[in-house]
Amino acid sequence: MDRDDLIRRLRAVVGNPYVLHRPDDLIVYEQDALMVARHKPDLVVLPDTTQQVSDVVRLAREAGLPIVARGAGTGLSGGAIPEAGGVVVALTRMTRLVELDLISRIAVVEPGMVNADLTAMLVPHGLFYAPDPGSQVASTIGGNVANNSGGPHCLAYGVTSNNVLGLEVVLADGTVAWVGGRAHDAPGYDLTGVLVGSEGTFAIVTKVVVRLVARREAVRTLLAIYDKMDVACEAVSAVIASGVVPEALEILDGITMRAVNQTLHAGFPEDAEAALLIEVEGLSESVPVLMERIEGICRAQGARRLQTAATAEERFSLWKGRKHAYGALGKLGRRAMMLDVCAPRSRLPEIMRRVLEAGRRWNIGVANFFHAGDGNLHPTPFFDFGDDSPEYARVIGLAEDIMRACVELGGTITGEHGIGLEKREYLGWMFTDADIAAMKQVKQVFDPAGVLNPDKIFPTGRAVHVVSRGADAPA
Amino acid sequence: MATLAPVHDPRARGGRGLMPAIPELEACIHCGLCLNHCPTYRVTHLEAESPRGRIYLVDAAAQGRLDLTKSVADHLYLCLMCRACETACPSGVQYGRIAEAAREVLGPPGPPLTRMMVRLALRHLMPHPRRLRAMAALMRLFQRSGLARLAARVLPGTLGRRLALMPVASPRFYAPEAEVLPAIGERRARVAFLTGCAMSMFFSEINEATVRVLRRNGCEVVIPSGQICCGALNVHNGEADSARAMARRNIDAFPEDVDAVVVNAAGCGAAMKEYGHLLARDPLYGSRAQHFASRVRDVSEFLAALGMRTQSRPLSQAVTYQDPCHLAHGQRVRAEPRALLAAVGVQLTEMAGSDRCCGSAGIYNVLQPEMAETLLREKMEAIRETRAGVVVAPNPGCMIQLRYGAQRFGVPVQIVHLLDLLDEAGA
Repeated sequence: MDRDDLIRRLRAVVGNPYVLHRPDDLIVYEQDALMVARHKPDLVVLPDTTQQVSDVVRLAREAGLPIVARGAGTGLSGGAIPEAGGVVVALTRMTRLVELDLISRIAVVEPGMVNADLTAMLVPHGLFYAPDPGSQVASTIGGNVANNSGGPHCLAYGVTSNNVLGLEVVLADGTVAWVGGRAHDAPGYDLTGVLVGSEGTFAIVTKVVVRLVARREAVRTLLAIYDKMDVACEAVSAVIASGVVPEALEILDGITMRAVNQTLHAGFPEDAEAALLIEVEGLSESVPVLMERIEGICRAQGARRLQTAATAEERFSLWKGRKHAYGALGKLGRRAMMLDVCAPRSRLPEIMRRVLEAGRRWNIGVANFFHAGDGNLHPTPFFDFGDDSPEYARVIGLAEDIMRACVELGGTITGEHGIGLEKREYLGWMFTDADIAAMKQVKQVFDPAGVLNPDKIFPTGRAVHVVSRGADAPA
Repeated sequence: MATLAPVHDPRARGGRGLMPAIPELEACIHCGLCLNHCPTYRVTHLEAESPRGRIYLVDAAAQGRLDLTKSVADHLYLCLMCRACETACPSGVQYGRIAEAAREVLGPPGPPLTRMMVRLALRHLMPHPRRLRAMAALMRLFQRSGLARLAARVLPGTLGRRLALMPVASPRFYAPEAEVLPAIGERRARVAFLTGCAMSMFFSEINEATVRVLRRNGCEVVIPSGQICCGALNVHNGEADSARAMARRNIDAFPEDVDAVVVNAAGCGAAMKEYGHLLARDPLYGSRAQHFASRVRDVSEFLAALGMRTQSRPLSQAVTYQDPCHLAHGQRVRAEPRALLAAVGVQLTEMAGSDRCCGSAGIYNVLQPEMAETLLREKMEAIRETRAGVVVAPNPGCMIQLRYGAQRFGVPVQIVHLLDLLDEAGA
């Protein structure tokens, strides 16, 4: 089957406007939010139903092309970059709320549903979908499932895998199958657990059964301001050790707060080195008590000042500032690269010291804003050279130093952004050959031909840094 | 500056390096947080119809990695230029400037005949108030004679409907009784007033109301006779050169010794606030343009800062407010109109997505009727849900579009300008 044949047959499945084949239509799908790599797909198809996804998979297989599923393209590890070309299956048209069961507190949604849109739809019912990644205003539930996304409020509610009960998927041969169910602990293998976080390498998700949680009666948001990052990190351990688990416990450093203030006027202090953003929810009787305890701990741990969000607007503004932190760093340098690593909570002060040391060693500014309560760090180097510059090697060196430090302290090389192509060469830092071989066996079962999002997650021996600005010619 | 490369000229195909490097491109870090805020992305779900996608196209063209084909131009012209993405963008990317620069290279939108007509109108009609006035008179004649109704029946689809529901041109083009109108009572400020082309043609009574409210609030109002259209349509439709000429004319026409240049059309205000950028490389006008731009104020912004004298006469009807894109996103003015409405006793019932584009967008609703109609339908549903009887939409394009929408989708609302209500309340 040649390209024109394939286009014609795909059009018959999804309709003419939804088979993209012109250079300008394709080039915008060569990247996601990882800016250091890109590759143009051969075709992009936007199906509207499960049956269409299945038909598209079968046709792509027949044509012998790889298949890369894509949501909103907000991923930061390059998971949606079609490195081997092939067909990108963009699921952005599949945005329906298929079912809302208020009694069972579940919703069945299509993968293209935007995370924040789902929560907005649930407001009248007093419910919400808990995982709230920084990208939630744009990222899709399907993409969240692929990367097992987290977010500030995952400290209390768990990450995506804790909030997804079942999935409808299209397998590598086009078969439509259901895994999991509508309640926790479906009988048989926990295939939902296997699929969540598989980054599109096992199957294409076409429906997601999500767990919904009730909004708490009361919420209080506190900003505890510190002069030293070290001290702020120690306060995090002290809060958790006290037995109070806040809904969210975040750290922002001074660089980030000033950048966010500049673009969003978010109301963060301008002169502090760090601040904890803490949120507590619960009954209106219990929240003040909890907050008082947390405030006491923060003060005892050397907070310079405590600032409580007095109004819903102030709270919204602080959270908007936190969620837009990465974007705001665009103000600091021409490029920024958000890393995603984890360290045990008890080692936070130490890992932060090593992050800052690494920044000094490579002479690159690093901003920090992260899910401190989870020990999930996002050191973000910002710099003024392009990714085609020889200086870019310093960014890679810095990132590797930070990852190595995390592994040494008993942490991991990724928290919530996935491995994609960004971190695949480092998988061996975490796992033995035997561990990786076991994972590959699972991949073999789901996708023996290796056509679903090929070359992601596992080491390839190829360099990650593949962009050369302006080098390739128009197609 | 790059010369106008005709997109549809076969010679342009395969031509490379036409897109200049645009410094604003650097700020985009490709995070994608703009996507879901973009009206055309929300409808199409296509990356190339999103702000990030369009920026990527312009960037790829500037790098010489992409030819400026007709298809690229189509993506850039399906954009409404509503700039909702700028409000959403955490990196402060100035999308409007990127798109305007790109459109300058691409030239006006549409197939060859449309391009030619748009270019003709932008170059030879918009900068000439007398020709605009003649057109307004002809239009009124056409509308009154019944010819319009006939044409509407004959013409197919949206075009016919639009023609039938076009607002009737005002009986007279706005013409103030004098060039300087004194303040009523104690003088608190001296302002110059932009009368605007669409405002003068279709809404001369709102211009009169604006001047009345300004004067009653102690403003001496200067209405320079040499002023012309602000040039917004030209900038947005790839005619930046003629826009620059128009900006220079206005800078010359407006007096320097005023506290503010007051504008009652959101689109014009946003464009005039960009005069400094538009003429940045003009050796003669560069710094004057910056000074001019720094004094431009939307009338709501100006009155709120001045402190409006109110004689509240509460309105009985429920009122909702449509944020004009070039006020909310283009000028970041959201609180002031609401505060002024509250000051005259109006309690707003907010609609869902009040800062989402209604689909008017200059000449967009004529050139992209399908997308404009889709957005308008959503907008009218949001208005219907508020059960409001009055929609305040302080921009001529929005008012024309919403009036058409109210009839087209049968929503019983009156569409007014903020200054209509303020004037009525005696402010």
